[in-house]
Amino acid sequence: MKLIVGIIKPFKLDDVKDALKDLGVQGLTVSDVQGFGRQRGHTEVYRGAEYTIDFVPKVRIEILVDDGDVQRVTDKLVETARTGKIGDGKVWVVPVESVVRIRTGEAGSDAL
Amino acid sequence: MSYDTGDTAWVLTSAALVLFMTPGLALFYGGMVRTKNVLAMLMNNFWCMGIVSVLWAAGVYSLAFSGKGELIGNLDLGWLSGALHTPATGLEGLTIPPFAFMAFQLMFAIITPALITGAITDRIRWAAWAWFVPLWLLLVYTPIAHWVFSPSGWLFKEGALDFAGGTVVHINAGIAALAAVIVLGKRKGWPAYPMPPHNLPLTLIGAGILWFGWFGFNAGSALAGNELAATALVNTHMAAAAALCSWLLVERIRGGHATTLGAASGLVAGLVAITPCAGFVGGMSPIYIGLIAGAVCALAVGLKNKFGYDDSLDVVGVHLVGGIIGSLLVGVFADTAYNGAGADGLVESGTFDLLGKQVLAVGATLLWSGLLTAAILLVLKKVLPKGIRVSEEDEDTGLDLTQHSETGYALDRV
Repeated sequence: MKLIVGIIKPFKLDDVKDALKDLGVQGLTVSDVQGFGRQRGHTEVYRGAEYTIDFVPKVRIEILVDDGDVQRVTDKLVETARTGKIGDGKVWVVPVESVVRIRTGEAGSDAL
Repeated sequence: MSYDTGDTAWVLTSAALVLFMTPGLALFYGGMVRTKNVLAMLMNNFWCMGIVSVLWAAGVYSLAFSGKGELIGNLDLGWLSGALHTPATGLEGLTIPPFAFMAFQLMFAIITPALITGAITDRIRWAAWAWFVPLWLLLVYTPIAHWVFSPSGWLFKEGALDFAGGTVVHINAGIAALAAVIVLGKRKGWPAYPMPPHNLPLTLIGAGILWFGWFGFNAGSALAGNELAATALVNTHMAAAAALCSWLLVERIRGGHATTLGAASGLVAGLVAITPCAGFVGGMSPIYIGLIAGAVCALAVGLKNKFGYDDSLDVVGVHLVGGIIGSLLVGVFADTAYNGAGADGLVESGTFDLLGKQVLAVGATLLWSGLLTAAILLVLKKVLPKGIRVSEEDEDTGLDLTQHSETGYALDRV
């Protein structure tokens, strides 16, 4: 099993969610996050004083999948979240040791 | 006694309008601070509504408005004894109950120290502010209100004009704010780290309440429901509107965007500047005054970055600068065609007579308030066991939690 983690532009979340659902993904988790990569922050001006805001708002998306689904899901995520402009984000995949569904106690692939 | 019911109704209404300005001011400032300090800001403003009122009844009203002393009044109306029926000295001709005048003036005494909160936010200890307000009311506000507003006061007798508090309220609070930030020091991290406003919608609601309440502040200062009140109301509105436009224009020309904070700040600058002029000018003058005030204050708020004093929410740039502009422009635009009890300024009379008196009133207020405010804070710094400033750790955590054991926003479900 693997955990796919994506950091994407917030406005792309709906497209990504719909595309992954169409692909048969059973569930995912999202959270609001902030950070910077090559895009860096932006400036805001209050009463003439300029502030640099270093952290850009992003959405973090996490999906647990079977090893055999990793490529398909990752490709779809990358394809849907891409705008071609700086700041599109990243996707990485990490191995997962075990998974348990809390309600039934099912473990491993059955819990996905 | 028989009173004019229309006059009385308008002054009572105005008293309520002016009271409402203080919570409005609290929101105006509260939106500009960071989330961790919003309640402390509101609290510092609300404290003025409490302690100033009690002290006003106990004797401050009497010291400001009773007696023939040129520098300070007496305690004849202290404890409000006889204040219901006994008119303030020199104001026996008013057609309203003396209690209505007492209540109306109280609301000015509440909002004046509240204006200072914008400069010292995010770092003053609650206990220090709690002691500062009564001391400042007694030693700074009361004498200056007596000099300018009471017919016995020396500046009133000099012939200096201040319709609704350009010197007493705005220059007074503005210079006090400057003295306070010099004694108190900068916020931790200023100016290296950004401390942007956390909720500008609150600030704009606050600005709207201030504009609304200011009709009572200025038009109520006619102390009657008459033509003069109507003049003051229209002047007030036009100056706010013009200053909103000119502040935004300066922002745009300077190469930035027209901002909501600029709109809110501009209208307040216009209201500040028209305050001393409201019942002494007419025609298009309030629009000129507003245009000047909005543009000059938009530039003046940058001064703190040049000089390195952390006037956090620009009390100096808006209230001190706007107050001085208005108090001096009375000497330019005042016209007895609109108020026979006033005087003619430079435009009508061609002389600098009135302008000279205005300079005297501005200078006296700057000196007295600036020096006494610094003195009060220096004494408190020595006397209070924990001083006047929160610890660095508490400043990081925020004043809401460390000073009041509360937080402004509980939005997380975890």
